This record gives sequence, structure tokens and C-alpha cells, in this order.
Amino acid sequence: MTASHSTVPTVPLRLAGFGLFLVGFTIFVLTLTLGQFKLTPQIFEQAVSKPEHRQWLRPHIRDMFGVTYDTQVPFVADIDAAIVKVNTAAGNDWQKKINTDYEAKDYKLSLARASSAGLIAGNKLLFFLLSIVLAAAGGLLYSLPKLSEELPGIKNNGVFTEPATSGGWIGIAFALFLILFYVFLYKAPEYITNWIALADPASMVLNGHAADRWFFYGLLYTTIILVMGVRMLVKYRHSSYQTVRTLSVMFFQTAFAFLIPQIMSVLGQPSMDLKNMWPLDYSFFFSYRLDTLIGSGQSGGIGLFLLGWGIVLFAVGVPVLTYFFGKRWYCSWVCGCGGLAETLGDPYRQLSDKSLTAWRIERWLVHGVLVFAVVMTAITLTNYLSNGKLLGDYTWRVQEAYGFYIGFIFAGAIGTGFYPVMGSRVWCRFGCPLAAYLGLVQRFKSRFRITVNGGQCISCGNCSTYCEMGIDVRAYAQRGENIVRSSCVGCGICAAVCPRGVLALENGPEEGRIIFKSSDVKILS
Amino acid sequence: MAHIAIIGNGITGITAARHIRKLSGSRITVISGESDHFYSRTALMYIYMGHMKYEHTKPYEDFFWAKNQIDLLRASVTAIDTDAKVLKLEGKPDLAYDKLIVATGSKPNKFGWPGQDLKGVHGFYSLQDLEDIERSTKQISRAVIAGGGLIGIELAEMLASRKIPVTFLVREKNYWDNVLPEEESKMISRHILEHGIDLRLQSELKEILADDNGRARAVVTKSGEEIACQFVGLTAGVSPNLDVVKSSKIATKRGVLVSEFLETNVPDVYAAGDCAELVGTDGKSHVEQLWYTGRMQAEALAQTICGTRTKYERGILFNSAKFLDIEYQTYGSVPNVLHGSDRTLYWEHADGHHSIRLVYNAADDAITGFNLFGIRYRQAVCERWIKERRTLQYVLEHLGEANFDPEFFKQYESEIVALYNRQHPEKPLALKAKRGLFSTLQFRYQFR
Repeated sequence: MTASHSTVPTVPLRLAGFGLFLVGFTIFVLTLTLGQFKLTPQIFEQAVSKPEHRQWLRPHIRDMFGVTYDTQVPFVADIDAAIVKVNTAAGNDWQKKINTDYEAKDYKLSLARASSAGLIAGNKLLFFLLSIVLAAAGGLLYSLPKLSEELPGIKNNGVFTEPATSGGWIGIAFALFLILFYVFLYKAPEYITNWIALADPASMVLNGHAADRWFFYGLLYTTIILVMGVRMLVKYRHSSYQTVRTLSVMFFQTAFAFLIPQIMSVLGQPSMDLKNMWPLDYSFFFSYRLDTLIGSGQSGGIGLFLLGWGIVLFAVGVPVLTYFFGKRWYCSWVCGCGGLAETLGDPYRQLSDKSLTAWRIERWLVHGVLVFAVVMTAITLTNYLSNGKLLGDYTWRVQEAYGFYIGFIFAGAIGTGFYPVMGSRVWCRFGCPLAAYLGLVQRFKSRFRITVNGGQCISCGNCSTYCEMGIDVRAYAQRGENIVRSSCVGCGICAAVCPRGVLALENGPEEGRIIFKSSDVKILS
Repeated sequence: MAHIAIIGNGITGITAARHIRKLSGSRITVISGESDHFYSRTALMYIYMGHMKYEHTKPYEDFFWAKNQIDLLRASVTAIDTDAKVLKLEGKPDLAYDKLIVATGSKPNKFGWPGQDLKGVHGFYSLQDLEDIERSTKQISRAVIAGGGLIGIELAEMLASRKIPVTFLVREKNYWDNVLPEEESKMISRHILEHGIDLRLQSELKEILADDNGRARAVVTKSGEEIACQFVGLTAGVSPNLDVVKSSKIATKRGVLVSEFLETNVPDVYAAGDCAELVGTDGKSHVEQLWYTGRMQAEALAQTICGTRTKYERGILFNSAKFLDIEYQTYGSVPNVLHGSDRTLYWEHADGHHSIRLVYNAADDAITGFNLFGIRYRQAVCERWIKERRTLQYVLEHLGEANFDPEFFKQYESEIVALYNRQHPEKPLALKAKRGLFSTLQFRYQFR
């Protein structure tokens, strides 16, 4: 059936968009296998920074010079073998070993990156266009025809019958892809240098350097937020709240997370995502960052300003803004993780667990991570202020543990990787220490609430189902009780999907914010 | 310990059980032949459309019932012996009770149309109906829905969501115009067409034709038109489900006859919700078939059963629905045809998807009702104005207080005030209360 207002045949357009996306995505994956690798003495000299390391490695790596590898697995394996030989030869002499945690990893990445040759190395822009740009264009072409295909309004048809959005096989396959993506990005980037190379042309334009993996990740992340943001704008075009909010996350990602740091670094200043804040930005007080900020303070004061800005943001900005607007001002309007969750994650929001058990686990976990972040930072600062005398070696072990378990596993691999199976806010709900902090303010000292409109609730469950944070909104709505929950990120989708106009996000007087319909509260307690 | 048995685990039966549990330590058994657990009947359509799964429609997790000592019994009641105070159950031992609540809900109306029991012909009320509809609408080329109420439009939306061509037969001149005023009913009629649904106004089902396998193959309308289809939805309203009550000593007419205390003619037997026919002190009776009234009746009844005899009072009427993409809220009394001293101020947006109607009394300008389409208003505020008999002029000036739309939505209150001012240029009004950008309203929220 074609809606009577539809004037263009939209289904072929959408199929074409889907096809383009699949082609782009396939080329993106194939890119990993397409390049060749050829190590030269010049590359070796540049990529291995320490002269003594070059000296140790040269005899074992010399055979690689001039050899063309068709894939990078044997290439990386040969470098690995050379490093192992160096370290074996050194025996127990730690002074003559290459650190396998840091230095060896850096060498592998930079050698693989610089030795890229052949198809990809010679056609970076072309492959960028054929993969990421083509997939993005396909995504847009898939979303935009809905403007004329469907009338504005909530259209969640088939969400729980499609294998992509109901936790079915497409969702599980996508989850595996995302998890692998994060594992390689964080732990084995030497195997994805062809992807990083795709971002070179954009990086050259923006900052004059070849891309590093974080530039590549930022470019991809921003592209995804923009494309899926357009999908969001189309899907919720009847809701001005969703429109404004989505434009906000698209803006903050593009300008604050992606472009401004590039500009700062071109200007020779310490670059920083001005909207990211401690404790989500857990390394904010790490010594190398404090040194950069305070060091550059001597030349112009930008670094000191950035340090002050970062502190004011979480020490003053969070309590004040959260008091007036709730934590949504950050979580669903500004934050980068939130931005991805609200765009790429929107098709999966309904997969969050609404059970009481999940809520119990959530409270222990998220506040546990907050405590971990605070303790880790306290140790870091103590160590920094005592010039490393007080806690010494212990500090980086704690930092490293936090970075691995929280930064990589929780926020990355699980937080995003589990979108298609556990919903879009796994990290924000169970792990983000900043969300926990904002949530404490929201719960105990804020004007924000989701107001329930009298007795109109029909207990249908749309609000709970589509709550990405797994809040059982209906449990409150059907009792006529306002929703005041620390985890609510204020995305407003519950109010949008409610078929009876029962819910509204509001900032109002604190008095009367938490209302119990007194006849009907004790049963759950 | 008294044993309270409740027949029916819909909103009425379950609300009664929950409130009785809060007020007493009685043993409570809720009996249902339909489902193991309470689910939201109003959400059935969303299961079909894929918005939710069945488990999402359960308002309480399964552990809730044992934790609150509410026994759930999956069984069909075959007879009620009020003398012995015993329920006969199909395939299960008898269940003795001390007090009984009949909350059996409704059944879809079937008016004896030829072919109404063919395969592929279904009403839409229960979980079983949903399963039947799911089976009967696979790979069909057209569905016909007969009956233009709330269930009819839901069924039309459900089928249209799966791109099944739908013909929607509506007896009235415009959709639901026996309830909605003409303008609103025309608005929704246009909206139905806009969704590509083949709306046939002033059109009634005459009979359903069968194919060789006893399946529906076409309907014939009263005007003689034959419409080929493989599915027929019968949605001409619902009637109280009296199947188990009829053979008992409990008095019925249209529904189970109950006093304003929801007591039947038999001591210790009560009825509430869709199945109850409320007899007023004036002897007039009526049936209320709304989610909200079932819940409110159950709340009052729980008080009575637990010793505080409480009259069911509906209070200021309210209701809501959603017609495809257009939400509807109504507060107070908005008749479809104005009578006596009723006056109305109606504003409709040029886009034909938003409207506000205020009904007031000509004698003193007191506000009596609100109809909202595509716009959300606060129940508490509207109720308060109606209760306080605020004048139309006061309400217009403060209309922003009632606005319940999400933030950043366009507010139309100034447009309806402007409309009033065009009609009454001698005494123009100014909109005083508006929802600010940050909606930091300073008035108190009051809950019913």
C-alpha cells in the first residue's frame, strides 16, 4: 500500500541506499586485505625511534627490506619475530630488551603504517570514497525517502520482528563486528592500518599530517553520528524536542569533539575536546596531560585556561546545569558517547533490560566505577603533587587497570559492541562514572522530572520498552507518580512513544517534584 | 482468613486484587482463562505491529504476584454457585470463595451477520483474537474492517502497518461521529484516508461470503457492493461478557447489574469494569467500557470489600486515544452535538492535524469540556478549571498552564485566543500563562 501523499517511488530509492551501504561496508572490510606492505631501510629508520633499538633490530629485520607482502599478517609476524629474537638474545638483561607493552606495539603500528604500498596506499582518497563515503551516502539514501513514504509520527513497525533490531542474527553479527573493531582499534591497530590510511586525505586537509588511529576513529565516529543523526531527524520529525536534541549532539560531535581539537593542534596549542570532562575523561589529571597543559601555560596561558575549564566544567557546570535541566543537558544533548547512543544506537534502544535485577546490578556497577575513577584520580594526583615519591610505580598500574577494564573493555568493546543485543546505553547505564555523578545530582538536587499526566496511563508499556536506560517508566506512570530517576538521560523518547500523552520532561519547582499517589505506592516497596 | 476470588485478570480484576492486598491480608485468587499473567489489553495492537513483544505488555514482572501473595489461577470458570459460594472450573477442582468479584470484561459484538463465524473473520479483544488475526492475515491481498469505533481504527492501523490493503466500513457519516463533534470526526476521517486506508463512510456490512474451504472470500455491503477480501475484522463495539454469569443467580441486563457500590443482587458478589452495568439511584443504568473506569471502579470496590463501603464516583470525565498519528485527549463533557446552553470555541490548525475545542455554558461562560487533537493538555489543570467553573475567558487567558506538549513544540494557545478575539473584538483577551522555553512553570501540579 502506498500512502496517498507519496509522489515519488520511494522503495527503489531505499533499496538503492541499502545496496550502496552494503557495497561501501563490504569495500571497507575488504580494504583490510587489499594493500601491500614493503619495508625499506628509510621507513625502518624513521619508524623505530630509539637508535639502540634500531641497532638491535636491524640484523633480524634486514631480510624484510624490499620484500613485498600481500597481506599484513605475515608482515606483522616477521616484525614480531625480530623483536622476539632481540629480547631472547638479551636473556635476563632488561636493559637490552624492547618493552613489549609499549615500544614494540608502537613499532609494529608505525612500521605497518609506513610500509603500506600498492592499491590502498596509492588510492587512499578513492578507497575512502568507495567505502566510508559510499556507505554514508547509502545510509542517507535509505533514510531520506521516509520523508515522503510515511506520515510523521511514531513508526516502530517491525522493530521486534526484524532480525537487525530484535536481537536476531543480524544484530548479533553486527555486535561481533563492533566488538572486533574495538579490539583491533585498541589492542592490535597494526592490523588495521589500511583503515587508518583511508583517513589520511581528510587528515592532511585538516591538520597537514597523516592520520593516526584516533583521527581515523574520530572521523568514522563523526560520520556515523551525522548519518544516523539524519535518520533520527527523519524518524522523529514530528517532535521538535527530538529535532533540537539531535542537532545538538550532531553539532557537539562535529565541532567540539572533531574539528576544534584539530584547529587547536594546527595552532600549536594543546588540543582537547572541550565538552569531554572528568571523570568520563579519566586521564584528565594524568601527569602527561597536566604537564602539557601547565607547560604550555608559560606560553600564552591556553593550557592553563583548558585546565581551569576542565575543572570548572565538572565542579561547577555539572551541579548548576543539572540542577536546572537534569543530566540530559550533558548525556543526551552534548556527550559524545551519548551522541553515538542517540543516533547509531537508536534502532537498538528497546533491547535494554527493564527488570528489577538489572536495576540492582546497574546501581552497584555504575557507582562502583565512579568510586574506582575517584580513587584512581586521587592516587594520580597524590603521586603528581609528590613528584612520584609517595606512590611511585603503583600509580600507572592503577591507571592502566582503569584504562584497560573501564576505558577499553567497558566503554568500548562492551559499551558500543553490545548495542545490538543489550541496547544503546550499556556503557552510560552500567559503567559511566560521569553519568553516575550527574545522576546523583539529578536524583537529589534538581528541578528535572518526567511529569505524569493524571490518570491517563493505559499501562501499554511503550515507554518502558523504548527507554534506552532500562527504566520501567510504566511502573511510575500507571501509578500517577512522576519519574525521578538518577539514570534518566532525558532523551524524551518515552514521552514521544506514549500513545496517550501521559509523559512530559519538565524542569519545574523542586517542591512537588517527587509525587507519590499516596494510595498506591507501598505495594512495590 | 477470607478468600476473595476474582474472575478476570484484566485491568479491573488486577487493580482490585492489588488494592485489596494493600488494604488487607485476605487470600486473593485471580482466575483467568486468557493468560497466565496480567497484560495490557490496550497494547495488543503494538504486538501485531512489532513495536513490542507480549512480555513487554506485562505491567508487572512475574515475581510480583507471589511476592504480594496474589494467587493466579489459569482456568476457565464454567459456573458460579452463589448459594454454596463455589466456582466450578473446567478440568480443575472447585474453588470456594467468601467474596467474589466478577470482572469478565467484554466480548466483540456480532450482530448475526451471515458468515460471521467463517474462517478469517475475527473480533479483536483478547490475546487469542490477536493470535487468530496473526494467522489469518498472512499473505492476504485485502482486509475489510466492519465497524468504526476505537477498535476498528486500531485494527486498520495494525493491518496498514504491514502494508495490507484495508477497506474500513463505517456506518456513520464521519468516523466516530456518534462521539466526536463534526469537525474532529472529519479531521480523523481525512487522516484515515491520508494513510491510504480505503474508508467507506455510511457503509455497513450485510454479509460475508465463503469460499469452498469455509474461508471468507468477500463481504457484501448493505448497498450491495461486493468487496473481495481474505480477512474480515468485526469491530462494531463490545458487550459485557456474561457467559459464566448468565446461568447463575446474579442478575444481569446488558451487563451484571450493580449498585453504585458495585454490589450485585447476591450478597458478597460484586462486579466491576466492562462487564458491570451500573444502576444509578434514579434507576437509569449504563455500562462503562474504558480502561480508566475499570481501574477506578476496582479501586473503589477494593475499599468496600476491605470494610470501607465506598461509592464509585467517576468524577470529571476523561479519556484519550490515538487515531493513527493523531493523539486525542478529552476532559469533561464534549458532546458530539451541542445541546441547550452548550457553546463551543473550536480552533483547528491549517495542517488539519491539530485542534483545540473548548465547551462552555452560555449562561455563565463556565468551562465544561476540552477536546484536544494532536496537542496534549494537563488533566489536573483541565479538571480543576471544570470543577471550579472557571469562565471561558479565564481559561483562555491561562491556557498555557494546561499545555503538556514536549518542550520546543509549537504552542497554539495564542492562536485560539486570537480566534476568540476575532469573534469578540469588543473585549479582547491576552494570553497570560505561556510555557516558557525551559518550562519553569511556577504553578503547582495537582494530581487526581
